[in-house]
Amino acid sequence: MDKYRWAWFHRFGSPPYVYRIAGLWAPWFAWVAGLSMVAGLYGGLWASPPDYQQGDGFRIIYVHVPSAYLSMMCYGVVAAASAIGLIWRMKIAHTVAVAAAPLGASFTFLALITGSLWGRPMWGTYWVWDARLTSELILLFLYLGFIALSRAYEDSRSGDRAGAVLALVGVVNLPIIHYSVVWWSSLHQGSTKFFGNDAEIQTSMLVPLLLMIFGFTFLFAACLAKRVQGELLERERHSAWAAEAVR
Amino acid sequence: MMPAMFFVLVTTLFPLGLSPQPELLRTIAPGVVWVAALLAGLIGQESLFKSDYEDGCLEQLVLSAMPLPLIAATRVASHWIVTGLPVMILAPLMGLLMDYPTQAMGSLVLSVALGTLTLSLLGAVAAALTVGLRQGSMLMPILVLPLAVPVLIFGAEAAARAARGEDAAGALYLLAAMLVLGITLAPFAIAAAVRVSLES
Repeated sequence: MDKYRWAWFHRFGSPPYVYRIAGLWAPWFAWVAGLSMVAGLYGGLWASPPDYQQGDGFRIIYVHVPSAYLSMMCYGVVAAASAIGLIWRMKIAHTVAVAAAPLGASFTFLALITGSLWGRPMWGTYWVWDARLTSELILLFLYLGFIALSRAYEDSRSGDRAGAVLALVGVVNLPIIHYSVVWWSSLHQGSTKFFGNDAEIQTSMLVPLLLMIFGFTFLFAACLAKRVQGELLERERHSAWAAEAVR
Repeated sequence: MMPAMFFVLVTTLFPLGLSPQPELLRTIAPGVVWVAALLAGLIGQESLFKSDYEDGCLEQLVLSAMPLPLIAATRVASHWIVTGLPVMILAPLMGLLMDYPTQAMGSLVLSVALGTLTLSLLGAVAAALTVGLRQGSMLMPILVLPLAVPVLIFGAEAAARAARGEDAAGALYLLAAMLVLGITLAPFAIAAAVRVSLES
């Protein structure tokens, strides 16, 4: 019994197994994402009242906050996958990191764009050198550096490992970058309290927001599963199972 | 001496590109000197391990009985002496050209010294990661500059505070803390990066 305890983990080292599992999960993730995003958008755009200060303008929060949250969570995924890949020399983990990085960059870009569009009516300007905007921009540069480095190697295995070292250096640096930028300047609102008796957001706005965050997370999972499949096919293009899979 | 030349040239461009008014130069001096020092550190950084990689010395260093992080740390120190130290010595001179107050010069030099050492450590990680690549020099800025932001912020902050006659100790302590963190962690990251590059 003890001998097989980690068998489930070792199976994730096999590309065909991961390819199959990712293919099985992706549609379910996509359905969950689609349904909760439709519900969240309905709740956010129709069912909840306008904000007492910002009117209808605040509704961009339903895209902005989930993408900002995912932009950071995705770096966590990249860094964790990179660490697993470096420590246990697991090729699949590197594949996940490489597949997740462009998604993270996209969510970061989306957070910057929606934040900029939100800033125009509320702050009167598209861009301010505020702490969170700046650290989000630097996060985008970190993603682009990771993508550029891991693509620069002809041999994908060296690119993976070089990118992984960079991702881990970045994860040590992220808190330092964040707090240095916070001390440098701040215009963005502080964190809003979401839960408890002294919550600062109304339930009719909170529920759609949480639904959107949930939906975005599953959207990320669905895209990641599909991207991992594609990346695996490309890397294993000379193997028999890949030929079988695309037949 | 290329980084020092680059540092002087870049700093000279700002008064030419903006305007030579002393009030303007005084306000932008800390930032300009710092950005120029940051970019000067990047020049030639990617060649840190290049020749050793090409003639096989790097492999011998990895195989030697000395721990690789220690070798990496000495390599960074020697690199700083030929690139960071000249920039540090030239910083007060460029400060003078930018109408930076002379009584604040000590803080400027100290911030540049602490900061460029940290930048050398960061740059060495990126240099070790890109040593096997032909387009390594193109990749260096995008790898190093995002990570260098905290050093730039606190370095320029220390110099600006000193120029306004305020206490620069806080920013200098933070720079020193980042240097300590860099000295303890970066040699291991450099060693790991060298191993990755040699395996390719």
